Amino acid sequence: MSTLYDITLTIQYLYDSPAGSSRTLLRMMPRTLPHQRVITGLVAVDPDPSYRQDGKDFFGNHTVELAHDTPLSELSFRFSGRVESARPPAGLDLSTVLAELSRDVEEIADIGPDTPHHFCARSERVRDVPEIAAYARALTRPDMSSFDAAQTLSTALHAEFDFDPTATDVTTDPAVAFRNRRGVCQDISHVMIAGLRSIGVPAGYVSGFLRTVPPKGQPRLEGADAMHAWVRAWCGHETGWVEFDPTNAMLAGSDHVVVAYGRDYADVAPVKGSLRSAGPHETRHFVDVVPVDPA
Amino acid sequence: MEKAISRSVGKPPLLEGYRPPKGVADELLRADGTLRPVWRPMIDYLARQSPEEIAAKFARGDQYLRDAGVYYRQYTAEGSSLRAWPMSHVPVIIDQSEWDNLAEGLVQRAELLEQVMADLYGAGEMVRGGLLPAHLVARNPEWLRPLVGVQPRSGNYLHILAFEVGRSPDGSWLVLGDRTQAPSGTGFALENRMASARVFHDLFPDAKVERLAGFFRAFRDRLHSLRPGGEGRVAILTPGQHTDTYFEHAYIARYLGLLLLECEDLKAVNGRLMVRTIEGLEPVSVLWRRLDSRFADPLELDENSYLGTPGMVGTLRNGAVTMLNALGSGVLETRAMMAFLPRICQALRGEALTLPNIATWWCGQPNEQAYVTDNFARMMIGPAMSTKLPFDIDAATALGGRFRSPAQMSVRDWLATNGADLVGQEAVTLSTTPAMIDGRLEPRPMVVRVFAVRTAQGWTVMPGGYARIGRTDDPTALAMQSGGSVADVWVVSPTPVEHHTLTGAGSGPFVRQVPGHLPARAADNLFWLGRYVERVNAAVRTLRAYHVRLETSGDAQMPVQDHLAEMMARQGFELSASVPSQLLDLFGHAITCAGKVRDRFSDDGLHALEELAASAGDMARRVGPGAETARALGALLRGLAGFAGLANDNMFRFSGWRFMTMGRALERGVQMANLLVELTAPDAPPGSLDAAIEIGDSVMTHRRRYSVETNRSTVVDLLALDPENPSSVIFQVGLLLEQQSAVRHTREATQLSPAARRILRLHTALATAAAETVTTADLAAFRFDLMQISDLLTDQYLS
Repeated sequence: MSTLYDITLTIQYLYDSPAGSSRTLLRMMPRTLPHQRVITGLVAVDPDPSYRQDGKDFFGNHTVELAHDTPLSELSFRFSGRVESARPPAGLDLSTVLAELSRDVEEIADIGPDTPHHFCARSERVRDVPEIAAYARALTRPDMSSFDAAQTLSTALHAEFDFDPTATDVTTDPAVAFRNRRGVCQDISHVMIAGLRSIGVPAGYVSGFLRTVPPKGQPRLEGADAMHAWVRAWCGHETGWVEFDPTNAMLAGSDHVVVAYGRDYADVAPVKGSLRSAGPHETRHFVDVVPVDPA
Repeated sequence: MEKAISRSVGKPPLLEGYRPPKGVADELLRADGTLRPVWRPMIDYLARQSPEEIAAKFARGDQYLRDAGVYYRQYTAEGSSLRAWPMSHVPVIIDQSEWDNLAEGLVQRAELLEQVMADLYGAGEMVRGGLLPAHLVARNPEWLRPLVGVQPRSGNYLHILAFEVGRSPDGSWLVLGDRTQAPSGTGFALENRMASARVFHDLFPDAKVERLAGFFRAFRDRLHSLRPGGEGRVAILTPGQHTDTYFEHAYIARYLGLLLLECEDLKAVNGRLMVRTIEGLEPVSVLWRRLDSRFADPLELDENSYLGTPGMVGTLRNGAVTMLNALGSGVLETRAMMAFLPRICQALRGEALTLPNIATWWCGQPNEQAYVTDNFARMMIGPAMSTKLPFDIDAATALGGRFRSPAQMSVRDWLATNGADLVGQEAVTLSTTPAMIDGRLEPRPMVVRVFAVRTAQGWTVMPGGYARIGRTDDPTALAMQSGGSVADVWVVSPTPVEHHTLTGAGSGPFVRQVPGHLPARAADNLFWLGRYVERVNAAVRTLRAYHVRLETSGDAQMPVQDHLAEMMARQGFELSASVPSQLLDLFGHAITCAGKVRDRFSDDGLHALEELAASAGDMARRVGPGAETARALGALLRGLAGFAGLANDNMFRFSGWRFMTMGRALERGVQMANLLVELTAPDAPPGSLDAAIEIGDSVMTHRRRYSVETNRSTVVDLLALDPENPSSVIFQVGLLLEQQSAVRHTREATQLSPAARRILRLHTALATAAAETVTTADLAAFRFDLMQISDLLTDQYLS
């Protein structure tokens, strides 16, 4: 079943003292994927930039590179668009068992952006964390299917973690979040990625949106009022990539709209910038993901 | 046929005991102990000299390197320090026909590396065709994803390469490492040559040694030809003065007449790369990069890099700049790559590698891992992804089955657990070459660094290079960082060689400088160099006045002494020590500024500053307060005067000099105005006016001009308002006026900039003031005006 969403994402920066020239890289536009179609989509910037270049990064995410040359006291980025999402439900578990997964990976003689090779080793924000590795090993066995292993880890982390937006920020080290068992979707996803990689499952980071208001009779999901993050795990030749949402202990479904794929947050940050500002600043996020009535 | 050394007539004593280790090739001697003919003239020449003569010649080379300021930054656990270039004076001499064979092999290798690079950042066919494991690319920190698919504007990824080559026991050459990221050493090779030509000044000219200048000229021409339409600047991009090879960057920039830039000089504007100059933004078209790729752009590459230029990758994607070498080229330096190059060469070029590289096995494959495990006694085993040369052996390397540091596990277990992270490389034995040690030649292991550049004629190999000479027989001592030495490499032709402009003493750049505007950062550093030096000057003068009074007053402190001490304290100087540490800090700041503009500031000037700083530091440690300090400060002042003279008489009047001069004038003006505020105030203690005249270096002038005792009006007149007195405030403002109009922006032709207006106003105010009516508040206003002028100049030119 497919769902249509009208989505808006606004990210605002407010500076106490006007900030000098800046350069920014945005990844805010949802991807077009086999199960997801961007019908209309626009990334707008206010005030107008002095330079703008739209493009695609290595992983195929939509990027917007911007420059502002005048000092700014306010800067806002806004995505608005309509996206159709139709994820097929999960079928039989045909995923490769953990013990044999590395052979599956090695057999892929390709370095294209979707191949598992990029998602095996430590990355910018996800380093090797021995405690997380030990935790993942204790929960899984070599003869487990990789899908089962990932789901087990996802469920366990969901139970383990307290969703707590005050405990962490965008720069929090996964090791710290894991030690405190607190954090938001970004932290839980990073911890799960570290855990999966440590048991040999290639794993990446997904940034995206969740439907804001749940369908009748269903609970509201965590992470719906900001950009959301979840995990993709590569489960062998047969199964390929599967997306898990450890924050909500579920598989990503039609309510999950993918914006960007990467190895970790550093690859997909919605706003990456190099603003030279002396004073402090405030950031505001607004997200709205509203299903369109199929009238 | 050459006779064996032992039987030749009068075997030179310097060859006594020259015995290369068994099973090792030697540059000087053949396996049968006979001398290689190409060395004959050198050995005969050395044999004719007495030990004293040889020592004198070697000293001449060392002196040259010191005078040229050739240094190398050495990093150790305790921090970094500059050390003199460690020259091994006897060159490595190689016959031209042999060199040509080596060069041919290196050209093939350069072409192969270009193809490998193009595939890694393009189609990815090597991985798809099973020639290279995906693991080594996808997990390689030097493979930069944002550069995948970015086509180099020039059509080529690689333009300058260095190869570390060594000679195997059988006499054949072997590549030990490829330097593709940002190869260093061309400048050092050149300096080495300058030095060795001086050491052997009476042998070199006729020794048929291939000259290096043609190589540099061809490369320079190539750099300029890479600009479409001949537009835009050509620059060297350096990480800055804290990198180990900064000297070389500055040296090559000066030698080739190229701009020397740091990332903060650059700005991406509308898809182009621009340099900030004192005249605004100007386009840059070609960058010879000496900075590691991942630091180049914090927006798309390493987000933690503070060195980079945000948006630089975007300008490359737009084809607005040619970068040499292309960003991401460090991936080719990966040790494990060596294991696959022979096969890749065969597949991509349909031919075998003519020059083998060091045998390498990546232990991520079962057969290779087993082989390395079985043969680990004759292997160097280390990180597969490392880009270090095989002989840069660190704690993470096992040589001959043993770790450098106490190991956690056996080599066998290490290989079994971490195979994919490891490579084994054959522990080759290198050839030896003669090094002069205690008056005798002794065999020492060596490797040679050879350079190749892409020119209009294709890849061109430098006929020479430099050799690293081991300190001991231990091949691992080769790394310069651990104290080896460096020798010139002479490629000797059978026929007389073509003479370029490079020969002889004092040869400078052989091309005219490309006209262009001074980068704002360079101007800023020169401006502040001028300010710091004059700040030192003023502080030393005041300190001296203080200590002179300390000497005459003894314990009975005079009020003017306290007043001077308070005045110094207000400027942040603590007088508890005879030389305040803050003064030494100021020297440090001045030297830092000078160090950042090595391409534009004379070596003599920098040395003079360093010597002054050293003697000030010395004084701080050894000299007691009072008369002794006063005398020592006097000597320091004479040294500072010498520095000023050097700057005035010897520096070309390019705009950088003008900024330094403005910095000096501005600081002198500020200091003098400050002195007058402090010492001519109505409540200043008795003796203050005389102190002002003394610190203002105007005692004699005052006596001649006013023929009265000092009074407030004569002091203000002489030190603030007298345009004939080089110590006066108005004199400094006059200098500012003059220099500022000389660098004035073309856009200002009809309208004065805020800085120019402010300078002119101040000058008029001083010129029309009468000494009797100038109040302390007026003097403070002059001081304030000067500080404002500094800010305005900074806004206009320096940021």
